[in-house]
Amino acid sequence: MFRYFVRRLLQGVLTFFGATFIVYALMFANQSDPLQALAGERPLPENVRQALTERYHLDDPFILQYGYYMKGLLTGDFGTSLTNRPILEMMEQAWPTTIRLSFIAIIIAVLIAVTAGIVSAIRRGGVFDNTTLVITLLLLSMPIVVLAPLAQLIFGMRLQWVPATAGADSGLFALVLPAFVLSSLVIATQLRVTRASVAENLRSDYVRTARAKGLADRRVIGVHVLRNSLIPVVTLIGTDLGNLMAGAIVTEGVFNIPGVGFMLVRGIRTEDGPLVVGFVSILVIVFLVVNLVVDLLYAVLDPRIRYE
Amino acid sequence: MSNIESVTQAEVPTAIGVPVSPESGHEKPRSLTGDAWEDLRRNWIFWTAAVLVVLVVVMSAFPSLFTSADPGSCALARQHKGPSGAALFGYDFQGCDVYARTVYGARNSVLISLIATTIAGLIGVIVGMAAGYFGGWVDALLARGIDIVLGIPTLLAAIVLARRLSSDPNESGFWAVALTLGVITWTTGARIMRSSVISAKNQDYVAAARMLGAGPGRLMIRHILPNAAAPFVVVLTILLGVNIATEATLTFLGVGLKGDAISWGIAISESAPYVTETARPLVWPSVFLALTVLAFIMLGDAIRDAFDPRLR
Amino acid sequence: MTDIKAEIDVLPGLDSSARLLDVENLHVEFRTQAGVARAINGVDIHLDPGETLAILGESGCGKSVTAQAIMGILDSPPGFVTKGAIRYRGVDLLKLPEEQRRKVRANHIAMIFQDALSALNPVFSIGFQLGELFRVHRGTSRQDARRRSIELLDLVKIPAARQRINDYPHQFSGGMRQRVMIAMALALDPKVLIADEPTTALDVTVQAQIMNLLAELRRERNMGLILITHDMGVVADVADRISVMYAGKVVEEAPVLDIYARPAHPYTKALLESIPRLDMKGQQLNVIKGLPPNLLRIPAGCPFHPRCAYARDVCRADPPPQQYDVAPARTARCHFWTEVVGDEPAGS
Repeated sequence: MFRYFVRRLLQGVLTFFGATFIVYALMFANQSDPLQALAGERPLPENVRQALTERYHLDDPFILQYGYYMKGLLTGDFGTSLTNRPILEMMEQAWPTTIRLSFIAIIIAVLIAVTAGIVSAIRRGGVFDNTTLVITLLLLSMPIVVLAPLAQLIFGMRLQWVPATAGADSGLFALVLPAFVLSSLVIATQLRVTRASVAENLRSDYVRTARAKGLADRRVIGVHVLRNSLIPVVTLIGTDLGNLMAGAIVTEGVFNIPGVGFMLVRGIRTEDGPLVVGFVSILVIVFLVVNLVVDLLYAVLDPRIRYE
Repeated sequence: MSNIESVTQAEVPTAIGVPVSPESGHEKPRSLTGDAWEDLRRNWIFWTAAVLVVLVVVMSAFPSLFTSADPGSCALARQHKGPSGAALFGYDFQGCDVYARTVYGARNSVLISLIATTIAGLIGVIVGMAAGYFGGWVDALLARGIDIVLGIPTLLAAIVLARRLSSDPNESGFWAVALTLGVITWTTGARIMRSSVISAKNQDYVAAARMLGAGPGRLMIRHILPNAAAPFVVVLTILLGVNIATEATLTFLGVGLKGDAISWGIAISESAPYVTETARPLVWPSVFLALTVLAFIMLGDAIRDAFDPRLR
Repeated sequence: MTDIKAEIDVLPGLDSSARLLDVENLHVEFRTQAGVARAINGVDIHLDPGETLAILGESGCGKSVTAQAIMGILDSPPGFVTKGAIRYRGVDLLKLPEEQRRKVRANHIAMIFQDALSALNPVFSIGFQLGELFRVHRGTSRQDARRRSIELLDLVKIPAARQRINDYPHQFSGGMRQRVMIAMALALDPKVLIADEPTTALDVTVQAQIMNLLAELRRERNMGLILITHDMGVVADVADRISVMYAGKVVEEAPVLDIYARPAHPYTKALLESIPRLDMKGQQLNVIKGLPPNLLRIPAGCPFHPRCAYARDVCRADPPPQQYDVAPARTARCHFWTEVVGDEPAGS
């Protein structure tokens, strides 16, 4: 396990530097006037221009710029927005909402996906299986930009089951609809993977052994099959997080939830470059860290890797 | 399970029995491609998807076949007017014909996705084949590269890149979005290509061809590529759908197409605030967008199922 | 603890004077998309305590299906028992409700499988997989279960049992894994043990060790052992009786020595002749011509007739009506068994 950990950790560090370098290069490299690009169409007063040049070390060679940027990332200094607020402070304000939203979404997704996945794997080819197959196909093909406004229109405005928007201090109930919308992004893949994995495991020899041991079906599936089947589902969490981030940006924008995605959308709309750069950097770091943790978790779940 | 196998494999020679030629000799042996086509021909999902795809492609090439109205002629007097014989889906907040704009919106979505997917496919083929064929440090380096690109969530990378590429406010953002998507989404294709090449490379017939003096170029084109093609095509088909969805998302967020461009993403983004007055300008582009994405994903799914003999 | 065991032992109608295991006229079919495959077409076998019965046949003859039907672990669908009885001490297992049937497994009848690596769950330690039996069936505590599991590993002669109890299946060698399987099967002290090709996946030297271990444990515990194999060499050393199966039927049943000396069915005879022998070095090996029948289309008449050297018109039309009694405790399902027995086995 130690060797796997070390190898994975080294890979993680490499990916971290590579990814942040790309993000930084995308934003600043080879641009005739990077400052104007940061500020978008708005006019840039000379004092702001100077402050920004200093802030981003734009007079230094590119690789040094990246060095300063990395130093900032590692010491928690993500800069200030064009509205002169520290990015970190804005982030601290925004992330609890987003975490709460994503957490509800993940719980909804896992509950539905794993349960439905198991049931359709057991009754493969049945009515339930075919229905979920069609539903997952529909979910997969619904871009979040379609799903979020439509869900808001139908459930929030026409049926009025839930509030159409969730402001700064609305309760958990207001988050239910956005969380469902968000979870739909990952339900389909999770369900499909669970189904495929359970179906494959159900056919395996160890299931026959477990039945020959006189174990009840509940235990055979709930303990023996489930533990094996969840391994690929857990590894999905890493990629799911990327989807959830993308989803949160749109969902929070549509439902007016003042989270990370909402701020990012506002940053894009107001052409606040430093804000976008800072937020994207933080999100990329979170994504990388979570993926690393998931990979390590994978080793805990599967002893075959642990003892490699 | 073993029982079924033994039932179906009863005609296979056993350790004890003498192998005799199988009786199915009179049937012409079919290739995997032939088998897959037989499978597809009987699959209603495939036909539904194919018809939808053809419809969307025709719509984006010749929108005037579907509507005689001009998507650019808008009149505030008609703002939010309901459907009529002239405008099937009614008018939006600017008084534009929703049906006409939806039909004409197909072109940008399809073209951008097509260009982006072509770029992604080319990068994927080159990187995947190089990594798979040469192996060793080339493979290690490229695999790291793929990991790094995968380390950045697609939409975040797209936001940054598209912002940068389309910093000129007078452009429509068409090429910026197409390039952005192509440059970001090639990784899955590269991975698939890499693993197909590795497995094809180890096949006996490829080794035989190499020993007979076939060079790397010939080996790739004649022997390895045809085998890697099927899974790669599947990935690209699905990517066509995914790219359409991502383009709409970028446009919705304000870093994609902009200005006067007609597209589903813009229609959704612009009509969302007016949804309480009339839902049609939001709903119809949404439906067209979702159906198009669905068609490509279904098509990819069907082709994969046909080419994956394990699922038969 | 003892109460629970007692409760399990009281199967309704359990009669300690009745035969340990008696399978009568068993029929199993698989309903597949290609059609109904009749895997078992009237199998009769029986087993007494302390006895080893070998079930012999080519792959696809139905020997594993018979074992799975006795255990009640057929994949259903597509597998269905359509006719017959499986009596354990007089209790017809096929008529038991599923809950009681489940308790028969491992407690009364246990099974070990061919490939121990895939038959053991890869993500649980063997301590968990062994202890689970005590915890589920006996309600013992974790600690007790662990202690008993270590005893079991000692019983099957796994060195350093105490340290290895937390290891995972892939950390054991093939032979050791099969020992773990055996320990698992014996955990609850069953009266019948079914071993489905227990040594096929192993090296020859390890094969002998495992067979010896099985024989020893059978003797000590006075268990009935059903040994399923396609390897006539394995059978000769350990079996008391042999049932030869072909196309889902027992075609010959006899004490082991008799069958080797004088097979009464052409199929058994052909099987014997196909064993490579040192004294026939250089000669061509006699192999059985043709292939086992497709179970979707079993030939009319005697199912073996297309491959049989003795076949005549009657064989193509009529299946042999019942088991002919060749001798006491010896049966064969062949119209011309007298001819077969009369023949000197080729090469001797």
